Amino acid sequence: MEPAVTSGARIGDRPRPKKNYLNETKGFKSWALTVDHKRIGIMYLVGTLFAFLLGGIFALLVRLTLLTPAHKLFGLQVTAETYNRFFTLHGAIMVFLFIIPSIPGSLTNFVLPLMLGAKDVAFPRLNLASLYLWIVGAIMAITSMIVGAVDTGWTFYTPYSTTTSGTVTLMTAAVFVLGFSSIFTGLNFIATVHKLRAPGMGWFDMPLFVWGMYSTAVIQVLATPVLGITLVLLMLERVFQIGIFDSRIGGDPVLFQHFFWFYSHPAVYIMILPGMAIISELIPTFSRKTIFGYRAIAYASVSLALVSFIVWGHHMFVAGQSQLATVVFSALTFLVAIPSGVKVFNWLTTMYQGNISLETPMLYAISFLMLFAIGGLTGIFLGTLSTDVHLTDTYFVVAHFHYVMMGSTVTAFIGGLHYWWPKMTGRMPSEKWGRIAAVLWFIGFNATFLPQFILGSRGMPRRYYNYLDQFQPLHAFSTVGSWIIGLSLFMTAAYLLASLRKPADAPDNPWGGTTMEWQTSSPPITHNFEDQPVLEHEPYDYRPKAVAH
Amino acid sequence: MEQQFDTSKLGMWLFIVTEILLFGGLFVGFGLMQNRYPREFIEAHEHLKQELFGRPFPLYGAINTIVLLVSSWTMVMGVNAAQTDQKKKTVRYLVLTILLACVFLVIKYVEYSHKFADHLLPGMFYGHQAEDLIKGTHGYATFFAFYFMMTGLHGIHVLVGIGLLSWLAMRARRGDFTSEYYTPVDLVGLYWHVVDMIWIYLFPLYYLIS
Repeated sequence: MEPAVTSGARIGDRPRPKKNYLNETKGFKSWALTVDHKRIGIMYLVGTLFAFLLGGIFALLVRLTLLTPAHKLFGLQVTAETYNRFFTLHGAIMVFLFIIPSIPGSLTNFVLPLMLGAKDVAFPRLNLASLYLWIVGAIMAITSMIVGAVDTGWTFYTPYSTTTSGTVTLMTAAVFVLGFSSIFTGLNFIATVHKLRAPGMGWFDMPLFVWGMYSTAVIQVLATPVLGITLVLLMLERVFQIGIFDSRIGGDPVLFQHFFWFYSHPAVYIMILPGMAIISELIPTFSRKTIFGYRAIAYASVSLALVSFIVWGHHMFVAGQSQLATVVFSALTFLVAIPSGVKVFNWLTTMYQGNISLETPMLYAISFLMLFAIGGLTGIFLGTLSTDVHLTDTYFVVAHFHYVMMGSTVTAFIGGLHYWWPKMTGRMPSEKWGRIAAVLWFIGFNATFLPQFILGSRGMPRRYYNYLDQFQPLHAFSTVGSWIIGLSLFMTAAYLLASLRKPADAPDNPWGGTTMEWQTSSPPITHNFEDQPVLEHEPYDYRPKAVAH
Repeated sequence: MEQQFDTSKLGMWLFIVTEILLFGGLFVGFGLMQNRYPREFIEAHEHLKQELFGRPFPLYGAINTIVLLVSSWTMVMGVNAAQTDQKKKTVRYLVLTILLACVFLVIKYVEYSHKFADHLLPGMFYGHQAEDLIKGTHGYATFFAFYFMMTGLHGIHVLVGIGLLSWLAMRARRGDFTSEYYTPVDLVGLYWHVVDMIWIYLFPLYYLIS
């Protein structure tokens, strides 16, 4: 297999500049007070990866508890309360500290201004404020775990969340703060995309990654404030018993679910759209072919963002909303399939007759296509009333959203991390180990979650710490799968960190990408570009003329 | 310079959208709860009114509405003065706006004190003893919970506004703003109008329902 750029890694590149954004200034303060989007992106990356590690440990503990129906962990009894805490911490950390902030905060912060040919984001200080809010939110969330415990699940459903002891108030306050971190990031990206595009770059000359992240940012700005006020109401209900969510004092528990999902369904798209955005970069680059249906993918991103606001009721089919609302929400939910399908078919058509090279990022992109197809199609079972009533709160739901959140978004995130790693660090990660880890990831993921579809359809409820003996083979299979995932991630961490120890070896454009971030050096200089780049060709222009430049 | 102004303004508008959505959640919550307890909400709102010429009238609310409307006008004049290089006038209108904001908060304080005295308080603190709004009946405590949350959140925004306006007034006195550069005045102006506008919606919602 030929690497993308063959003839001597640095031919055609400018000599590597001595100063880049990593070594221009030194010391703690130069990082803590930086307004450079690249450094903020790196700090976000480190922070969110730590959260991923923490959430991952809890995931392994959950799976290990479920290895046998005897709910034992290393020979010790796991009580129902402990198990509740495990899955709450896993869910809350993964959703609020990892998936939502990871791709926007880390990869997008780093590459979005580069892709637009800009020096920085529109509001660099707001960007730093967003990072600090994330840190404060993370500290609050982790404190709430240490001093007490949260056992509500990441959804904080009332009335349980208003009556349980434990540090729910601190945890929800943490999520409130994290919400504002997310709003600031989104606000920054919208203004950046509107105002800081390179000369000559129109809306339809932007890379599709930017379209995806723009749609994400719109949701971040429009949906997150509602979650913020909902969580304030929840805190006040717990502390002052204001009588809005707790039926004992005149409130309406279903109202909480409406408020919560009005944010949290769009939040699902805050998670998946960035994954799709990355895939739109990987597929044309590693197929060496102009993307098929550029405008269709761009419009699909925006329409997914809009549709995400009108489908929240499908989380509540059995929660006691009116029959009419249930039918309407079910019908609206099917709309989601249209832009999702448009994207998948356009990616596949891009690959058709392309010159595909199976390097590590592309392996993750292809895994994404398969896992997202499974995750998306099983979503239709859950959007359909007759099947959902049967499948609600079973492992089928667990498997479905892991295929979308983890199988799609996290897969895309790891693919994107490999894709931009040379740009961020100036080092090429090991291709051999990368491919092994990617294959292990795909195998481990399916081994963990495919059995859960079967478990769910046979009636295994979610969030239970024990189960009937007949489910044990499938549960054990799933637990072994989680070990394969753990092994894959451990390998990935090891070879990525190992690559940092060797001298900088990455060419400016290792994969033959056509977007602007590949026009600057690896790693980029502090001001991103020596001269203001000007748009010369449309993105993904792989016609012979453009390749030869 | 022009681009920076445009970018800042876009950012401010986006921030305003998040503010409106933040209050929007509370407005929706209020609407749903009013729908659940229509009679209780109307009875409770009578307690926001005072006696005027022998008839109940939302005196404090009405005065505060006028105060904020006038402050929006002084704000507009301040922005206009900054745009046309009139330093003294800018400072004067900004200070006037601050004073009006303070008047608003003083009246709010008086109004809150009455509620505290009557134990018309949110949630578990609700302890009104009069015959018409008996403690323990669902709805009354919820009404006052929303009343204090929404006017309280609005009051916090007024406080923040006073801080921002004071900062502007100091910078204006130093002569920072010219017809070339008046972005902060313009942006705080936008913010202040939103704070004003939210009150324009709060006033009929709480004081004029029937």
